[in-house]
Amino acid sequence: MSIFINSETKVIVQGITGRDGSFHTGKMIEYGTDIVGGVTPFKGGQSVHGVPVFDSVLEAVESTGADTSIIYIPPMFAAGSIIEAAEAGLKNIICITEGIPVTDMMKVMSFLKGMDVRLFGPNCPGVITPGETKIGIMPGHIFMPGNIGVISRSGTLTYEVVHNLTSNGMGQSTVIGIGGDPIIGTKFTDCLEAFNADSATEGVVVIGEIGGSDEEYAAEYIKDHMDKPVVAFIAGKTAPKGKRMGHAGAIIHAGKGSADVKVRMFREAGAEVVDLPTQIADAMKNLL
Amino acid sequence: MKLLEYQAKNILSEYGIPVPRGVLLKGLSEIENVVARLGGRVVVKAQVLAGGRGKSGGVLTAEGCEAARKAASGLLGERLVTYQTNAAGEMVNSVLIEEQVDIQREIYFGITYDRETQRPVLMISEEGGVEIEEIAVKNPGKIIKVWPDPLTGLQDHHVRALFKPLGLSKSLFGEFMSFVKKLYAIYMEKDAAMVEINPMIIASGKGFMALDAKVIIDDNALFRCPALVEIRKVPDDEKQEVDAREKGLSFVSLDGDVACMVNGAGLAMATMDIIKHYGMEPANFLDIGGSSNPQKVIEALDIIMKNPKIKLIFINVFGGITRCDDVANGFKKALKERPIDIPMVIRLTGTNEEEGRKILEEIGYGTYTGLEESIIRLSETYKALKR
Repeated sequence: MSIFINSETKVIVQGITGRDGSFHTGKMIEYGTDIVGGVTPFKGGQSVHGVPVFDSVLEAVESTGADTSIIYIPPMFAAGSIIEAAEAGLKNIICITEGIPVTDMMKVMSFLKGMDVRLFGPNCPGVITPGETKIGIMPGHIFMPGNIGVISRSGTLTYEVVHNLTSNGMGQSTVIGIGGDPIIGTKFTDCLEAFNADSATEGVVVIGEIGGSDEEYAAEYIKDHMDKPVVAFIAGKTAPKGKRMGHAGAIIHAGKGSADVKVRMFREAGAEVVDLPTQIADAMKNLL
Repeated sequence: MKLLEYQAKNILSEYGIPVPRGVLLKGLSEIENVVARLGGRVVVKAQVLAGGRGKSGGVLTAEGCEAARKAASGLLGERLVTYQTNAAGEMVNSVLIEEQVDIQREIYFGITYDRETQRPVLMISEEGGVEIEEIAVKNPGKIIKVWPDPLTGLQDHHVRALFKPLGLSKSLFGEFMSFVKKLYAIYMEKDAAMVEINPMIIASGKGFMALDAKVIIDDNALFRCPALVEIRKVPDDEKQEVDAREKGLSFVSLDGDVACMVNGAGLAMATMDIIKHYGMEPANFLDIGGSSNPQKVIEALDIIMKNPKIKLIFINVFGGITRCDDVANGFKKALKERPIDIPMVIRLTGTNEEEGRKILEEIGYGTYTGLEESIIRLSETYKALKR
């Protein structure tokens, strides 16, 4: 078992003919992901790694029965691509693109509200259910099927943690990169809820960062609802204070977002907080 | 990207928002004319990006030409130190000379994005001025907020909710609504990350006016505002960072002596935390990003080497999109151009790690695959250096 995606997931790649899109399509197919099509406007009829290319998401969905899309589209067009995917009825949209303007993402999130669709990212490494399907840019070989769920805001730090788990013999049920942008689709709490309900997941690793207050909400969820052990790591304890954004930034984020606050809240919620990413596997072993 | 006050006010004027009459000066030759045209009673305002100008002598009132000249000459070409700058301060290249206005009432007004609701948030407080952050902590109820849906935009009832707590006469509502709607339009249309009017004032005989203006444009949206990029002023203490960003690197200078070069922001932050955990001090945050471009490694080493304080370099690469052989090739090329005699610990793992390791071994650099073993090595080298 797993959450959100599995071997049945049928994936299309938006931006499949681009440099990153085509490279990672190859890598995903190699991993065993069921890539059924790709989309690049005006390039319909071509193929990439043997995968048919369509002019629009709607055409791709109608021809292939895809339920999930991964987006490798430059930032200026990415918001439109997410909306296109949602209008075509896809259930999961995984947006890898980094650098989408905040106003675009606020409109996208408002648009998606109430629709039966789940957005991951933007600015995320993707989602992987080891041994079944990889929808993202992560190096597949460091993952191993197992019973630990991983949720992270970062890319390479996720690899570090997964590597640590795998080399200690602890496989993963599903690993989700939720993305590092201020406005993202799926958040920590959504993933915790899903892992809590997933019979194949026995423990969850949360990799947070300074800034925002999603970790604080995650800690509240853990405190009130989580009945599986959680190990957390918060990156950025030594990071310099962010550049000030007038008074407005300070007012809206008053007293939130620092590493200290996040660490304290996770501890109060009963999660084990480690100082180093290399301590995560050992900490989890002790809890299981 | 932060805008200077006069740049922000130009945008406000473009949208028809009242601001005091003013003229930007880069030198003193025009000052008599300007002060006379503005009626003699003026305010001389240093154009710097840092906040806290008023408390640090960067905003001076002057009665008449002589006083204005004196105030301007004390600011132009000098460095202004505020609580938001470093000790060196920020160079004042220009001053904004504005007419003095009689203030009846000061109000705080701001728009930014709210990560939690994922909507723009408009904030108003009947108490303007610099103590607004204290009010936010001690008396948050005094700050009224509304969160319009970005798809349908700011509605009249939002504006009424902002207006009511001010206790102003109904006759001012029309003007208030027009003011607030224009600011919201600027926020959305200019892709601002923040628009702040502090204070927004009611001036005798002139109605609502923006006495000061802070606008920050979302860096990710600069492709939509090329005209703004051209007028950009980069703060002195951010020059290196902006320079790095243009090369696709993310860099922040710190006080320590152990430099690091990492791929990915999260791992870069964690690497700094680890350096600190082992009793060393990081000299910088440096994320070379996710691209496979050897040139980036060369640029990254260049930036690191500009810091004379560094004693040790830690390279931590976990290849994903980034390929270890690309990093190794960049490293090799950089060393050929400029040999580095500072000790280095290199950790290389992930995509194409074997190819990368081989390239580095050929030029005499050993590498580690594990994070723990590399950090222990780093710590031992550091202790040996300190002895």
